[in-house]
Amino acid sequence: MSIIASAAIRAEGFTPPGPGDFNLPPVGYTQETAPTFGFLGETMYAGVTKPMLLLALSVVLVFAFLYSSIRQRAMVPSRFQFIGEASYSFVRNGLARDIIGSHDFMRFVPYLVALFFFILFNNLFGMVPGIQFPTFSRVGIAYSLAILSWLVYNGVGIKRHGFVNYVKLQTVPGGVSGAILLLLIPLEFFSNIIVRPVTLALRLFANMFAGHMLLILFALGGEYLLFETELPTMLAGPLSWVMFLLVSTLELLVMALQAYVFVLLTAMYISSALVEEH
Amino acid sequence: MTGSLNMLGYGLATVGPGLAIGLIFAAYINGVARQPEAQSRLQPIAILGFALAEALAIIGIALAFVVK
Repeated sequence: MSIIASAAIRAEGFTPPGPGDFNLPPVGYTQETAPTFGFLGETMYAGVTKPMLLLALSVVLVFAFLYSSIRQRAMVPSRFQFIGEASYSFVRNGLARDIIGSHDFMRFVPYLVALFFFILFNNLFGMVPGIQFPTFSRVGIAYSLAILSWLVYNGVGIKRHGFVNYVKLQTVPGGVSGAILLLLIPLEFFSNIIVRPVTLALRLFANMFAGHMLLILFALGGEYLLFETELPTMLAGPLSWVMFLLVSTLELLVMALQAYVFVLLTAMYISSALVEEH
Repeated sequence: MTGSLNMLGYGLATVGPGLAIGLIFAAYINGVARQPEAQSRLQPIAILGFALAEALAIIGIALAFVVK
């Protein structure tokens, strides 16, 4: 009992990671010297930050990966070409064609493939030594991507059905009539038009954010326990690092899964916008 | 002890989506075990259900940080 109590007292020297750890000052500045948008608060930095650079880097990497993998166009593909083709056909056939349907899907394949690789590469930055920052752990970037998807699926829906019919399609559920519609129409509008892009963005953001924070916690906590505390609790330090490795593999899964889920949901929203009226 | 009660509440709130995701994948595994050739049909549905159940946990973590 006394060990636990004294450990609790010692643990006060440890500062757990928080959301502030993700708000990096612009490249080339420290936290004190960085210029800020003063009217927005002390932590609203003005300048080129690490996530911005990572976004640009990911675009270059995605292009380089896809372009160089198909450059030779060999009949018998090399291993690298096979990876590129398999991952392209995974999105094209496994996501776009199966969900949107073979009639319309080809128009959306470029967007969905670009989206998948863009998100995947940006997520994997969280695991690359020296970078170790998943870009979408900044919520603004995830929001802008979700708004893009929102514009795409609402745009094609309005183009296909016309504005009034499209809103009717999205808000009036089929096979329902009478007074219950008074309740259902606002709910459907809220869920289909307003909540969809928000959850789309927050799902990606929160998974990257929480996962990376967990990694920081296990890494820093292990270091603190090993070097700052004495024998009984000291042994928990390496254990924490083992957990770090295990959570890292889980994170790798989550990173790929979230890229998949984002593209899957975008494809589903597109197909629900294109569906014929009931 | 310092910290935010919001986070404690969020921890409790994750029980719901946690159970939901467990049930979804249990049903998915059941389905695939009974009919392995249906896997490609079931997988997007399972992932969709997972994503929708997870949305609750996501809204929870957002509110835990936002609501003061």
